[in-house]
Amino acid sequence: MKAKYISQAWLVILLSLSFAGTLAGVDVWLAPRIEANKLAATIDKIPDLVPGADKAASAEAVRAKYSPVPVTVGEGKFKTTYEAFWAMDKSGKPLGWVIKASGQGFADKIELLIGVDAECRTITGLSILSQKETPGLGNKIEEGNEGKPGFLTQFRHGLRADEPLTATTSTPDKGSNKIGAVSGATISSRSVCNIVNDAMSKQLRTALVDALKKGPTSRPVQKE
Amino acid sequence: MALDGPTPLERFINGILPENPTYRQVLGMCPTLAVTNGMKEAMTMAGAVAFTLICANIVTSLIRGLLKPHLRILVFTLTIAAFVTVADRVLAAFMFEMSGKLGPYIPLIIVNCIIICRCEVCAAKQGVLAATADAVGQSIGFTLGLSSIAVVREIIGNGSLFGFTIIPEAYWPRWGIMLLPPGAFITLGLLMGGFNLLSARSAKKKKAAA
Repeated sequence: MKAKYISQAWLVILLSLSFAGTLAGVDVWLAPRIEANKLAATIDKIPDLVPGADKAASAEAVRAKYSPVPVTVGEGKFKTTYEAFWAMDKSGKPLGWVIKASGQGFADKIELLIGVDAECRTITGLSILSQKETPGLGNKIEEGNEGKPGFLTQFRHGLRADEPLTATTSTPDKGSNKIGAVSGATISSRSVCNIVNDAMSKQLRTALVDALKKGPTSRPVQKE
Repeated sequence: MALDGPTPLERFINGILPENPTYRQVLGMCPTLAVTNGMKEAMTMAGAVAFTLICANIVTSLIRGLLKPHLRILVFTLTIAAFVTVADRVLAAFMFEMSGKLGPYIPLIIVNCIIICRCEVCAAKQGVLAATADAVGQSIGFTLGLSSIAVVREIIGNGSLFGFTIIPEAYWPRWGIMLLPPGAFITLGLLMGGFNLLSARSAKKKKAAA
């Protein structure tokens, strides 16, 4: 019996092994490149998120391995680790942070980058890294950066980072920490606010302010 | 080479229009509906499908003598999955932004019926030459199918082609629905109706001439 199984399945086994070998080879060849692409996509956005930040200097911090800084917040089930990238000016002086955060959107996970100033008091910009919201409606949460008007422009007007953001369907008052939702995409807009609120916890802000005091080259020690 | 199957040239020509994957066989509808809101996306998808189809057809044709009837679908799927994974990784490495836009639709090529169908209908029965010609023909047919829908949707929905604006917003109000799933169904339905009308007319003409 056993010999019969082998005689029937040898082709499948052989093919599986050779394909697995090929795929492993492809992965060895391409994985570093894909990782680099992901990192480059993040670094590209830093100058747009923190005013005055320089791409080359911020990229240098990543190359020198002291950026991004991992910050773990929350307890138990709610423990999350955020990556905070140093946003440097041309001379290498830290101006603020770009924090990578993610959470549930209307359709799927939304990954975004939050720019904050050095004191972690003001949000200086927001950018969407990946989202699968409804095309034509929810995916408008991506618009408003690189000088174009749109939803994300609102995050450049000095929202406070130490107070939760709320999405509203009416025109938000100035200085109210409210965001005007994309019309037809209230849930997507609210999701973005919630992801930002979750990320900008007191714990994270304190950790980042401490890290900044110690200077960019010293990695903050995280207690697990 | 099997004498009973169509010749490589016939296979090639059939794939483009007479047996067009989109309009005649109505296969591979998932990418046809999902990633045709822009030409760039549609062409990348068509390229990934073409790569997978050609490679899978060649491999299947080479091992066709060894296939056991009850294991053949498993072997097809295995072969297709391997090449799709290669395509997915290559896209993520060299066309990172596009890979993000296509998202799950690239891995979904594994279950694209066009490829399994071609492995079953042609590659498992005919030689490498016929299988390759068939794969290239079907790929061109699929590319035509995708691009015909993408052109309509991108121009009407966004006033652009390959991402370049060709009609300014002042002259053409964007029909947002064309970029949404209903737009895909509407476009596909109308184009398929038109395609059927044309082929019915040409069949009539041929009959009248004969």
